[in-house]
Amino acid sequence: MRRGASAVSALVVALALAACGEKAQTVASGSEKKADVPGWQPGNSVYLAPGWTPGDRTSWEAQLRTRAQAQNDFAVPTK
Amino acid sequence: MARMKFICDAERCIECNGCVTACKAEHEVPWGVNRRRVVTLNDGLPGERSISVACMHCSDAPCMAVCPVDCFYRTDEGVVLHDKDTCIGCGYCSYACPFGAPQFPTNGNFGLRGKMDKCTFCAGGPEANGSAAEYEKYGRNRLSEGKLPACAEMCSTKALLGGDGDVVADIFRSRVLNRGKGSEVWGWGTAYGKPTQGKQPTVQPTEGKKS
Repeated sequence: MRRGASAVSALVVALALAACGEKAQTVASGSEKKADVPGWQPGNSVYLAPGWTPGDRTSWEAQLRTRAQAQNDFAVPTK
Repeated sequence: MARMKFICDAERCIECNGCVTACKAEHEVPWGVNRRRVVTLNDGLPGERSISVACMHCSDAPCMAVCPVDCFYRTDEGVVLHDKDTCIGCGYCSYACPFGAPQFPTNGNFGLRGKMDKCTFCAGGPEANGSAAEYEKYGRNRLSEGKLPACAEMCSTKALLGGDGDVVADIFRSRVLNRGKGSEVWGWGTAYGKPTQGKQPTVQPTEGKKS
């Protein structure tokens, strides 16, 4: 009888103290920002625009500058 | 690389909403969320103007400043993106943004106010470029495919320009210098040619001429 009561009281104490638990609020607790992959590393997309080398930052930047000229009515055509 | 920017030419925008449609189709944006929209000023009155508005990818973005969970980040190209796994959908960014860019879906994880959604400059999110997870949360990552935002690239009047800030500024500048200003832009001269553009006819009309 006494053993049962002590077991129940231990369980009650354990449950009550469980509410006092707190997650660590440090940056390393899973809330840190994910690192984004740079745009010039396209992954395995099958919709790549032609004219640049995937993984080459300089080539990618040149590609975007060239492509932007498609919006230019007054662009001088290059030969 | 300079910063990625949008410029909307109010003289050219014809309020066709093609940019809005392109954005929604490209990213499968859900009902109730418009990453881009066309705003018309003085609608129906002489001199009305329309501009296409979305996230302007501010250099000093107020959304980033007020976000309590710091879910925003800026890429090397100056594109302001956010992590939907961190976002709590509080709406502070919506109050802070002067363009009304942050959008909140009406269903989802948080009921009536879901996680924030906004224009990504077609640059996806923190997930792997071109992955299914990225597409599901943020839409297509056109930038990593060597393309520019769909809204700007398909604009039929080339009113909406998107790309490297220096490049689009040069395009806009050359356009303005060519078309002039005020009545030089729209008017009699635009429709029928300016007096200085016409040449004197080489053959004079002979009809009615007395010999």
